Amino acid sequence: MMMKRRSALKLGAAAAASLAAPRLALAAETVKIGAVAPKTGPLAGGAVVTQWPNVALWANLVNAAGGLKVDGGQKMVEIIEYDDQTNPGETIKAVQRLATQDNADFIIAPYGTGFNIAAAPLFDRYKYPHLAVSAITDQVEDLASKFNGMFFLLGSTTAFVQGVVDVLKGMQADGTLTGNKVAMVNVADAFGIELAAAAKPLFTAAGFDIVYDSSYPLGTQDLSPVVKAAKAAQPNAFVAWSYPPDTFGLTEQAVIEDLQVEAYYTAVATCFPAFGGRFGAAAEGILGAGGINPDSEKFKAYAKAHMEVTGNAPDGWASATTYASLEVLQQSIETVGLDREAVTEHIRATTFDTVMGDMNFNANNFNEKFWTVGQWQDGVYQGVAETGRQGAKPVRVKQGWA
Amino acid sequence: MSSTEIQGFVFAALALLVAGALPYFGSDYVLSLGISIAMFTVLATSWALFSGPTHYISLATAAFFGLGTYTTGLGFESLPIWSLIILAGVLGAVLAALVGLATLRLSGVYFVIFTLGLAELIRQVITWGQNMTGQKGLYVLTDLTEAHLYQMLVALAALVFLVGWLIGRSRLGFALRIIGDDETVAAHSGINTAQAKVLLFMVSGAVAAMTGAILAPRYIYIEPSLAFTPLLSFQVVIMALLGGVHRLWGPIVGVIPFTLILETISANFPNQVTLFIGIVFLVIVYFIPRGFAGLIETVRNWSAWREARS
Amino acid sequence: MDIIIIGLLLGGTYALIAMGLNLQYGVARIMNLANGEMLVAGGFTAFWFYTAGNISPLLTIFVVAPVAFAANWLIYRIMLEPLVRRAKSRGQLEVDSILATFGMSFIAVGLMLAFFGGDYFNYSYLSVPVIIMGETYAQNRVVAFASAVVICAILYAWITFSRPGLSLRALAVAPDSARLVGINVRSRAAIAFALGGAITAVGGALISSFLTLDASTGVVFTLKALIIVIMGGVGDVRGTIIAALLLGVVETLVASLIDPGLTLAAAYALFILILLFRPQGLFGRKPT
Repeated sequence: MMMKRRSALKLGAAAAASLAAPRLALAAETVKIGAVAPKTGPLAGGAVVTQWPNVALWANLVNAAGGLKVDGGQKMVEIIEYDDQTNPGETIKAVQRLATQDNADFIIAPYGTGFNIAAAPLFDRYKYPHLAVSAITDQVEDLASKFNGMFFLLGSTTAFVQGVVDVLKGMQADGTLTGNKVAMVNVADAFGIELAAAAKPLFTAAGFDIVYDSSYPLGTQDLSPVVKAAKAAQPNAFVAWSYPPDTFGLTEQAVIEDLQVEAYYTAVATCFPAFGGRFGAAAEGILGAGGINPDSEKFKAYAKAHMEVTGNAPDGWASATTYASLEVLQQSIETVGLDREAVTEHIRATTFDTVMGDMNFNANNFNEKFWTVGQWQDGVYQGVAETGRQGAKPVRVKQGWA
Repeated sequence: MSSTEIQGFVFAALALLVAGALPYFGSDYVLSLGISIAMFTVLATSWALFSGPTHYISLATAAFFGLGTYTTGLGFESLPIWSLIILAGVLGAVLAALVGLATLRLSGVYFVIFTLGLAELIRQVITWGQNMTGQKGLYVLTDLTEAHLYQMLVALAALVFLVGWLIGRSRLGFALRIIGDDETVAAHSGINTAQAKVLLFMVSGAVAAMTGAILAPRYIYIEPSLAFTPLLSFQVVIMALLGGVHRLWGPIVGVIPFTLILETISANFPNQVTLFIGIVFLVIVYFIPRGFAGLIETVRNWSAWREARS
Repeated sequence: MDIIIIGLLLGGTYALIAMGLNLQYGVARIMNLANGEMLVAGGFTAFWFYTAGNISPLLTIFVVAPVAFAANWLIYRIMLEPLVRRAKSRGQLEVDSILATFGMSFIAVGLMLAFFGGDYFNYSYLSVPVIIMGETYAQNRVVAFASAVVICAILYAWITFSRPGLSLRALAVAPDSARLVGINVRSRAAIAFALGGAITAVGGALISSFLTLDASTGVVFTLKALIIVIMGGVGDVRGTIIAALLLGVVETLVASLIDPGLTLAAAYALFILILLFRPQGLFGRKPT
């Protein structure tokens, strides 16, 4: 019944969302929500999978249900979208414009670590709660103390690396990982550099031997030398702190080179539906950054709505967390109203019920429960390591590429 | 000093005053637009100082700009910002001198692509260096507000205009115009073409580096792909050419409308920004080929001609 | 040894990318900054045919080539010829064409975004190992390389031995004199531009079988192509091929023996060094 009403309203709401350019503002009756993320530029490929569909989905579902419950009534949500062209200067300008020209009631966090950090002072100045999802850093404490309303939902660099180390340790204990040799590569971009730097001491401390360690620039077109060299080092496990294009590129080369490892990990985009689609049976057993519990009822309902409204499946990591950040925002607004500082306080003090499960923030505005590692198992991307989430599956050994 | 020059000075001083006072009457949003305009005014004008007379199209702006941002990024904790801006200027000038000396034999499109390659090379080396040291992007957390940065940019713009005006009056400026017309003639008439070109390139390199140094606190988080983005070099060229590079004030009449049009487009058509920028671009190329400065002069000449007839 | 082969495979890909631009810039005198978008469009077409109809990219290129040829011919006739006619000097045309094609590249990206979205696209075609002299290589790369060799050979032979090819060369060397000997400069330039676009699009279709593309990646390829064309010498097919292979080998050598992190740095360093010692490119003629 619910679904029916949703699809009936889908067309109208989708049309409204796409046409909701600022100049066509509906009336004072709407709650204006700003959204800034890349639609063009190097990060667009990730944002159109993870960020934008969830913004559209959330607005659609909220409006289909009659709007946000504020001030004793209901108000429709109006999304004001800007493309930052993967350029932090544009992000700053767009947030500025949302705050001062469009008078947005709330602003959804930008996409990407650097972009969230660049926008943080503006969110802070105008007292917007800043629910940063696609921002993974070890500077959480610093940033949260400087920017009171900045929250971190997806985890920290060290926790991510620790997740991978623990998974490999666990495989050793099970006897599925038969040695301690790790080949590690990273994309030479802030994200990859930070993860690789955090990983070296952690791997060594856990008794692993890094037999190959190197980086490649973002945009490298031929990754076969990297995989060949990694293979020559005869590792037991292969770990790549990679970005979307190279996650695909490395895996393709690994298939071709028949890289024989017991654990194979690539970071961002491993969880994209397109990854599973692209590699099919070869994807089986591949480990990736982040995860979900695809069997939870909440996630199933979310994935179904995501499919219906946006036409695509959500990814296996940040999609649902992005959606959860909007749920957090929605629940706070519906409790305390449109006062931004009150919403920030409420977010800090409350435990929320989201698609990811319950979610709350510690003294550093940090969500301590998140997925760190996932794995393709029987054609589904499953979470296998977490810091307090339910439903992790046992890790499987990577068995060839057939 | 002639009377038109005095007029020009008074006008420039007034414009500067109004521009500098923007933070006191404009909203934050207007101020952030103002920063974009001031930044591109400085970059495009200094770019045109070199490229206007010599016809050498440099795509190295991003290299100098990035150098400046990294100067601030690495030094802001130990040194005051003004000293970093000066340091960035010196480093920019040194780099420009090296590039200038290396590229004396290049001209036309070879110079264009060389400068682009250089910017990319620097970016790649810094990225690699970061990876070696395990250092990620730099956080530039300062207490400077947008108004501070804006006023520094306006001051720098004033400096650029002053330098440009002085060069125009000097022997150097004269030499450059001859080089632009015909380099062989210039060399034969005893002008040290190499020295003149390198000097000017140093000026534009230093200014771009200083701009980067000023703006680093605004980005807060810098990494090579942001600081050295090649798009910046292209934007500067386009705005300068749109304005017109044969007048000192040419680039600014390109920067202002371009920034405003871009802003209007990205505010109203967020999903079609790229498409619309492209269309605006073509309109400019096909219908305003001599830049706005050329257009203004045409109109001015035409009205003068009408007056003369009536 | 396998480093050299990988390098050559990569270089072959680069040759395809750069060959189109060389024709457009060397012969038609249009510095086409929208070249990379043409490549991505070719890749999109191959992707679409493969995922929708399971049609091999090797067949798709026979559709892509004529369509791209026609499209580029129209672009030249409608958009670029007015600039050629208007330009008083070579320098003026260079600036105008840079600006115009830069604008076109934005439009192309915008259109592709509107039609295909900003998603990454990627499919699996011949992604199986092939063994050459005891080492494994990706079959799709070998196939792309072989196609590149065939296309380059045909092009080289056509330009060197045929009459229309000869007139194109004449146009590259001395556009003013070419007119004097009765060559219809405009129509030849249009053909060169269209041919360049067709080759680029075919290159894109082949490359899409092993690279992950998205609507905004075109500029990466434009830059690579520019570097190769300049390095090899403008208007010289041999130069482009050799520069492309050299670049592929150097990149692979650096990636394998020194550090993959320095691959692109090495590419630009090589380019800058060549320009410093041979400002006109490897095979370019000294400007008079």
